Amino acid sequence: MSDTAMTRREWLLTDRPQSRTQARLGRAYVTWRRFTANKLAVIGLVIILGLLFVAAFAPLLAPKSPYIGDLKNARLMAPSAEFWLGTDDQGRDILSRLIYGSRLTLQVVFLVAVIAAPIGLLVGTVSGYAGGWVDAVLMRITDIFLAFPKLVLALAFVAALGPGIENAIIAIALTSWPPYARIARAETLTVRRSDYISAVKLMGASPMRIVLRHIMPLCISSLIVRVTLDMAGIILTAAGLGFLGLGAQPPLPEWGAMIASGRRFILDQWWVAAAPGVAILIVSLGFNLLGDGLRDALDPRSAGQ
Amino acid sequence: MSTADTQKPARRANRRASAIIGAIASFLVVVATTYLGLLAVTFFIGRVVPIDPVLAIVGDRAPAHVVERTREAMGFNLPYYQQFYLYVKGVLSGDFGTSVLTTNPVMADIRRVFPATMELATVGTIIGAALGIPLGVLAAVKRGSVADQIVRVVGLVGYSVPIFWLGLIALLVFYARLGWTSGPGRIDVVFEYTFTPVTGFYLLDAVINRDWAAFKDIFSHIILPASLLGYFSLAYISRMTRSFMLNELSQEYIVAARAKGLSESRIIWGHALRNAAVPLVTVIALSYAGLLEGSVLTETVFAWPGLGLYITNSLQNADMNAVLGGTIVIGSVFIGINLLSDLLYRMLDPRTRIR
Repeated sequence: MSDTAMTRREWLLTDRPQSRTQARLGRAYVTWRRFTANKLAVIGLVIILGLLFVAAFAPLLAPKSPYIGDLKNARLMAPSAEFWLGTDDQGRDILSRLIYGSRLTLQVVFLVAVIAAPIGLLVGTVSGYAGGWVDAVLMRITDIFLAFPKLVLALAFVAALGPGIENAIIAIALTSWPPYARIARAETLTVRRSDYISAVKLMGASPMRIVLRHIMPLCISSLIVRVTLDMAGIILTAAGLGFLGLGAQPPLPEWGAMIASGRRFILDQWWVAAAPGVAILIVSLGFNLLGDGLRDALDPRSAGQ
Repeated sequence: MSTADTQKPARRANRRASAIIGAIASFLVVVATTYLGLLAVTFFIGRVVPIDPVLAIVGDRAPAHVVERTREAMGFNLPYYQQFYLYVKGVLSGDFGTSVLTTNPVMADIRRVFPATMELATVGTIIGAALGIPLGVLAAVKRGSVADQIVRVVGLVGYSVPIFWLGLIALLVFYARLGWTSGPGRIDVVFEYTFTPVTGFYLLDAVINRDWAAFKDIFSHIILPASLLGYFSLAYISRMTRSFMLNELSQEYIVAARAKGLSESRIIWGHALRNAAVPLVTVIALSYAGLLEGSVLTETVFAWPGLGLYITNSLQNADMNAVLGGTIVIGSVFIGINLLSDLLYRMLDPRTRIR
């Protein structure tokens, strides 16, 4: 058994991979070993996997309905065997609302990443590869957006578009693409003069093909790291908008909005506001730990900083 | 270098002067375009609002010709680029329109509330820098020690915790349960008629008036929200200080200083920290700008009568002039601090100076 494991390890770590798949698996194995050597990063991964699990199986995990409470008998009850985290002012089970709220949190981070990262990637790679005045104009626009206060701008956007979770997502995405453009441009600049780009150019590839097929894939890994590190900030901004009543609207169990509704009872029924805050803290912490770990594993140069 | 040495000194000075002028010109272009960008965004936001600004003034029962005349008087029949020109002209002369909520000019409102925000952010930055720099230095000098762990945990939690939630918990613990500080607001109502603001910075005003009872009250009001902002500033400053110090301590001049027999404290505080101070100034400036932004949520929790609370109150009443005015002011200060710290960095670090 240990003999076959050794050979498998050797097969993965060989200097002369026989196929593309073997080389890729080898790289993945090394990265995985480096990642799991970092205990905090593994904790972060476990937290995020836990979040995915809870969101996927919310209807099975939630003991009560997240929307309909027992207004008559169960208003603002302290944590007990029946209601593990107590109930809110409408008699709803806070734990069930937290469990369903995980879906909204995932929705926000996923959609913001899906909107903002491609915008940044496109702007950055085009800017870096084209150079000249295209680069100057695109980077000036990026710098202008980078100099704005994110939360205040998101507030103004939501004020104009109207409150709601979709508009909050659009507003956050519109304010979070500039760092991705910067990263993608920096990566593009390091490879644009390299031999393999000249080779595809000689083969007659169009600039669009070069950018899409040969430059963008190289920017992906550093972009993933940055997006993961930004997820905590995205969650906090979305929760802040929810807290101000501009994000998800009632009765949606969004964590920031739950804190806002628990605010009135903070002095006597503190658990109503405390529980969603702890949930936000744990999930943000998970994304931060995971992001740090990914950065160290994918980019050993910056490790330990 | 050798060609420069052989040139005549006058010509060299000439070239240097033109290089400096060029740098200043490009800096001004950056300032102008960034600011115009900010105004373009707020202009755009003001135009996509579903509320028709003309109908908001004349009411939806006004006859068509009144609506049309008002629309012309407000300049909404003009092409967009002319409207934008008028908008920029208005903003530059300090005209943000009138607030629907307070019926005052937005500029007058902002002038009244802004000192409260600045005072809060200033005290917060002072707390963050005063604790964060020593902690960061200690963490760098003794890697893996208790201080290093504290910097790590404080940083991680600071980047992960919702500021408004932490504010609520702080109010619950330190105000409601322990009674160590005063609650929401800036000053107790007892002082409403005896306390006369001079500068708008209440702590300073109390000192000017020699009103020590008011000073004590103001201090117990500001300490909780300022500590909260200070915590976020501390998380950022200590982490950056640690990283800058680690970089400096690995340089060769530190080895030379040790070889010379200098005391360790002299090396750390006199040599390494002095060199780390240049990027640190930038970090502190940026954290100040971040606190101005963070004040939006903090002020809401602590009922602090500053710009953040003004913006969120206006938001809840669809008072777009006030929201956009506040956004422009915070955005301008933010941009200003960003660019200023960049300039300061270039002035303080001789390596980035133009030769």
